[in-house]
Amino acid sequence: MQNELKLRWLIIEDDFMNVIEVKNLSKVFKNNFKAVDGITFDVKEGEIFGLLGPNGAGKTTTISMLCTLLKISSGEAKICGYDVDSEQSEVRKCLGLVFQDTTLDDRLTARENLELHARLYGVPKEKRRKRIDQVLKMVELEEKENLIVKTFSGGMQRRLEIARGLIHYPKILFLDEPTLGLDPQTRKHVWEYIVKLKKDYNMTIFLTTHYMEEADELCDRIAIINNAKIIALDTPKNLKNSLGGDTIILDVNDKDIEKALKIYKNAKRFDGQIILSVKNAGKQIEEVLEKCRKNKIEVIEANIRKPALNDVFLKMTGREIREENVDLKEQLRRRSRGGFRGH
Amino acid sequence: MGEIEGIYTVWLREMIRYFRQKERIISSLVMPVFWLLIFGGSMRSSIDIGNVDYKSFITPGVIAMSLMFTSVMSGISIIWDKEIGFMKEMLVSPVSRLSIVIGKALGTSTTAIIQGIMVMLIAIATGLHISIATFFLVIPVMLLISLGLVGIGLSIGSVMNNVEGFQLIMNFLVMPMFFLSGALFPINNLPTLLRIIPYIDPLTYGVELLRYMIVGVSSIPFITNFLIVSAFSTLTITLSAWLFSRRH
Repeated sequence: MQNELKLRWLIIEDDFMNVIEVKNLSKVFKNNFKAVDGITFDVKEGEIFGLLGPNGAGKTTTISMLCTLLKISSGEAKICGYDVDSEQSEVRKCLGLVFQDTTLDDRLTARENLELHARLYGVPKEKRRKRIDQVLKMVELEEKENLIVKTFSGGMQRRLEIARGLIHYPKILFLDEPTLGLDPQTRKHVWEYIVKLKKDYNMTIFLTTHYMEEADELCDRIAIINNAKIIALDTPKNLKNSLGGDTIILDVNDKDIEKALKIYKNAKRFDGQIILSVKNAGKQIEEVLEKCRKNKIEVIEANIRKPALNDVFLKMTGREIREENVDLKEQLRRRSRGGFRGH
Repeated sequence: MGEIEGIYTVWLREMIRYFRQKERIISSLVMPVFWLLIFGGSMRSSIDIGNVDYKSFITPGVIAMSLMFTSVMSGISIIWDKEIGFMKEMLVSPVSRLSIVIGKALGTSTTAIIQGIMVMLIAIATGLHISIATFFLVIPVMLLISLGLVGIGLSIGSVMNNVEGFQLIMNFLVMPMFFLSGALFPINNLPTLLRIIPYIDPLTYGVELLRYMIVGVSSIPFITNFLIVSAFSTLTITLSAWLFSRRH
């Protein structure tokens, strides 16, 4: 009896904790192009969830549907329990958005942009000033608040947009390629803000990216999207572990190579190096070196390589995520999502 | 409450942008001044229009011209918002599409009225006589006329995505609308066959309405002008709201 109650409570809690629920979501454009093909996932409250994939995989289309900018073709999506198709206004109130391209009014000052945003989202007058000060401080733009946005660098504009997305205290913050085109230093900066938001405000963050290290560093869970479909969804760690563990690379003396290959039957030889696949390289490297010493194999150098997300993507799709990988199909998709003709 | 605030916000932004471009305000006064002072002054005796001198006669026409050129800029403003991305910011906010359109319409109309008032002041400074009451009564009439023209701009801006295309359409629409409206000549002077053209131009009724109020003469009765202008404004604003919501 008590167990049953507990179980039911758990189910309710579980329901409550999913702030984004997506079921079989699809988008077919007018030219019959399927940009998103039956994707399903949930995002929990307070989670940093990443949608990772190459350019043109359907990331922006997905985000546009979730934030009510694009009409969904089929399937279902709920944000904070509100349906993105039938309860648009409610959905819009609970999310903040930072787009891939800037959406600031560049003839206005930073503060004016924030002020307009606060008004559009109905932030009460007495709270506006305080919140604007707060977000400006957070992105370290308080000294530039009265400058026209046109004079801002790309990094400053992005920071201002992140600040703007936070003024109405959204439950979920959507970031579409938040660090695209930013220099490495600013990118690190933006990452810090994102982590801080999660830590300090328990904010749910949904981001898209095609940078592997960004997804790896930031996200609690990652959905890998390729050709409009989600092909993997898990924590970065599990995704990498799914490759079967780490790699130990031994650079041994040429005369000992044959001997080493006899001992390690599963090892591969590559350019005078011995490559071993192991579960946990950190623990096992001692053993390996010890064994080599015993068998009088001279090890010149030993390296450990942890699997990277790149390897995961490579294994699943047979190609790497790269900027240059824009084939004809992807160009088509870019074109069709570029305009305002979604509906 | 939320929607009113939304309309106000969209309007406020238009105002900030308008007053920030002082050079645009000045340059938009060049044409009206040209018409009023050069044409109005020099062509005094060349056209026979009863008891009214030519300068007084074209003053309402020049005001209408100012209203028109400023009002259709609403279309450029929408296209521009799409280009700089700010349109997205408005579209994902909780403010409804209708409120965005109304805010835009009122914003551009306000700038049009400001331009109209400036032209009227220039006319007064150079010799036009109107009562203070008339001056203030003309303002709501300007709003009515400019809303109709703003509606045209917004409708076209809603379905277009580039400024060049918009300007092309505008040249084919705005210029003929202005020159055929009787802003610069009495429509009764036209040969009977051609006289039908001003009657199908909605701006004609706006010009006639202003002329009746400012100069006291008009070829078409006041009430006809008023009803047609009101109907036209309602129509274009409704059309723009429908097109905008459908396309975005």
